[in-house]
Amino acid sequence: MSIPVGHYQYDRIDRDFLQARIAEFEGQVNRRLDGTLSEDEFKPLRLMNGLYLQLHAYMLRVAIPYGILDSRQLRKLGEIARRYDRDYGHFTTRQNIQFNWIRLEDTPAILRELAEVDMHAIQTSGNCIRNVTADEYAGAAADELVDPRVHAEILRQWSTLHPEFTFLPRKFKIAISGSPNDRVAARFHDIGILARPGEAGAPVFRIFVGGGLGRTPVIGEELFDSVREEHLLATLEAILRVYNAHGRRDNIYKARIKILVQAIGVEAYREAVEAELAQMDLERYRLTPEAVAAIRARFAVPLLEAPADADAVLAQQRRDDPLFDRWVRSNTHVHRDPGHIIATISLKPGGGIPGDATSAQIARLADLADAYSFGEIRITHLQNVVLGHVRKDRLRDLWLGLAEVGLAEANIGLIGDIVACPGLDYCALANARSIPIAQKLGARFADTALQAEIGALRINISGCINACGHHHAGHIGLLGVDKRGEEFFQLTVGGRAENGAAIGTILGAALPEDETVDAIARLVDCYLGRRESGETFLDTLTRLGHEPFREAAYETV
Amino acid sequence: MRLFELGERSAQVHDVLVTLAELAERDDARAVLLESADDPALLKPYLNRLDLVVLRFPVFRDGRGFTQARELREYLRFSGEIRAEGHILPDQAAFLRRCGVDSVVLPKDGNGDPALWEKQLRQFPVAYQRSVLPERSVGPGLRVEEAS
Repeated sequence: MSIPVGHYQYDRIDRDFLQARIAEFEGQVNRRLDGTLSEDEFKPLRLMNGLYLQLHAYMLRVAIPYGILDSRQLRKLGEIARRYDRDYGHFTTRQNIQFNWIRLEDTPAILRELAEVDMHAIQTSGNCIRNVTADEYAGAAADELVDPRVHAEILRQWSTLHPEFTFLPRKFKIAISGSPNDRVAARFHDIGILARPGEAGAPVFRIFVGGGLGRTPVIGEELFDSVREEHLLATLEAILRVYNAHGRRDNIYKARIKILVQAIGVEAYREAVEAELAQMDLERYRLTPEAVAAIRARFAVPLLEAPADADAVLAQQRRDDPLFDRWVRSNTHVHRDPGHIIATISLKPGGGIPGDATSAQIARLADLADAYSFGEIRITHLQNVVLGHVRKDRLRDLWLGLAEVGLAEANIGLIGDIVACPGLDYCALANARSIPIAQKLGARFADTALQAEIGALRINISGCINACGHHHAGHIGLLGVDKRGEEFFQLTVGGRAENGAAIGTILGAALPEDETVDAIARLVDCYLGRRESGETFLDTLTRLGHEPFREAAYETV
Repeated sequence: MRLFELGERSAQVHDVLVTLAELAERDDARAVLLESADDPALLKPYLNRLDLVVLRFPVFRDGRGFTQARELREYLRFSGEIRAEGHILPDQAAFLRRCGVDSVVLPKDGNGDPALWEKQLRQFPVAYQRSVLPERSVGPGLRVEEAS
C-alpha cells in the first residue's frame, strides 16, 4: 500500500495500538452490561471513545485528525453510514464526522471496521485533549508559511491516552495553523498554535491560550510568541499541568481553561507555566529533529505537475461558462503551485442540512478525490469538504462531476454557507432546533447570484448556550433560546473567528423562528442599501455601528 | 484494605497516616495523605522521612492526582511509595503507573477485581508520550515502551 498524501501512514505498531483500544472499549461495554461499571462510571469512558447518548439514539463521533483523510477512509465512512446509520453522516465544526443513529451493541463492530482503514473515535469527546484541528488548506495554500500537519500529527500522537491529562477538569481543544491568515479560529481554542519558519529550518510556534466559545466566549491571549520546536511538547505539558492542577472542578460551566486564565490573568498563567518548565527535565520532553523527521517521512507529498497552459485553459472555461465562473469565484482558493487550485465543495445546498452528506455523495467524493486530488480529502471547520490539489485545466470536469450528485453549490464564504449545530433534532442539551431555521435561511437565500451579490457573510447557529454552532463568532449569529416552551432566536452581529477575532454583540430581544428569518433578510437589505463600494457586511457594520442594523432587524410591520 | 501493586516498589502498610496539616506536628509520621487539592510542593521539608504518600481520589474523574504524582516524582524526586486510594477505576491502572503511582487500594465494589487491574496494565504495548518510567523508543517517532 502506498503512503497516503496529506496524512500520517500507520504501521503495524499503530494498528496494534488501535486494536488494543477497541478491546479495551469492548471490555468497558461488557462491564457496563454486567453492572460492574455504573452508568456514572461508564459515561466518561464511552465519551472518551466518541460515543454519546443523544435524544433518540447513540451518536458516534469519528476522529478525522487535522481534518484529513484518504479516499479509502472516506469510502469506509460511506459504508458505515449505509450499514449502521440512516444512510448519511454529519461533518462537524471540529473536522470530524458523526453518525447520529447508532446502536450501542454495534459500536465495537463499527470501531473494528474503522480500524481496517486506520481510523478511530479516540478522544472525540470527554474531558481530555480532543482531536487536533488544523488549517483546511494545509500544505496547499499559497499564503502558507509552514505546513502544520506534521506537528498536528505529533500533537495527535502525544495527546493519545496521555497518562496525566485524560481526566482534565473539562474538554480541551487544540488547533494549529501555519498561515498568517487564520483559518482555524486559533483564538477561540483552549490552545491555538500558529507556526512560522524559525532558524535552521525548524518552525517556531506562537501559542494562544484560554480562548473559547460556549457560555462564556473569550478570545485567547498570547502566552508565548516564539516557542522552539524542541520545546513544543514540554510547553504544552506545562500549560496542561497548570490547568489540570488548578482548573475549577466544582462547576462544569467554569471548568474550561479560559476561566482559569481570566481568573488569574495571562501574566500569572505564564509565570506558572514558566515555573513548571523550570522544574521539568526538558531533555525528557524534547521533541527531537529525528522524531519530527520520522513522522514527516510517513506523509506522502503530491507530485504537482500541470501542463503549461493549465491556467489559460481554466481562464477560457470561466469566460465560456458563467455558472462555472461563479463557482470558481466562491469555491476556490489560490494554490502554492500556479498550475493547481484548491477547491472547496459546499455541503450547504440551499434548503439542506449543513454538513450532512449521504453515503452516495460520500462515495462520489472519494472517487473524485482519487481522480482529481491524489486521493486526499479535507473536512473544514465550516463543515465543508476540500480537494486540495486540483489541476486547473481539470477543475471544470471536477465541477461537472460534483453537479451530478448535488455538490456544486457556489456559496463558500457566502450567506448560504451556514454553520449549525445538530440542535434539538438530535441533542439533549439544545433549547431550539438549529436545522430547520438553517434550512429556511438557506432557502431564502438559495439564489447563488444573490449570494454572490451579498458577498462575504457568515451565519452561525447554535441551538443552546453551549455554542456548538459558534454563534459568537458568526458575522450574524443565532442562539436558540426557550421562551415558555417556544423556540426563539437571539441575534448577534459582528463576530468573527478569522484574523481580528471578535465576539458578536447581541442586537436585541430574541424573535420566533420565522420572524428571525425575516429580520435577517432586513439586516441584509440594510447592508445592501448602505454599503459603499467594495465593502463587506462586516465593513459596513464597522463603519455604521449597530444602530441602523438594530433598527432594520426590529422594524415591525 | 486490599492493596494492588502497579509496579516494582512493594506496598508497605503504615500504622500512622497523617494529613498534610498534621505532618508538622507528628515527627513519627512516615506516611501522609494528600487530598486532590493539596499542593505536593508543601511536602518538601518532610520528604526525607516520608516512606509513603497516599493520593486520595474523591472521584475517578478528578485527575489532579495524576499531576500530583508526577510532581512528586519529577520535581521533588520523591523515591518512596506513592499510593492511590478512593474512587479509582481499573481503567486508570496504566495511567497511574506511568505517572509514578506504585500501588492502589482496591475499591470494594466490582472495580476492585485484581484481574481487571492486571489486564489493564498489559492493555497497551506502546505509548505515544514519555512518562516517569524508564522507557526506550519503539522505532523512530514518539512511541515508547517500558525498558525492563
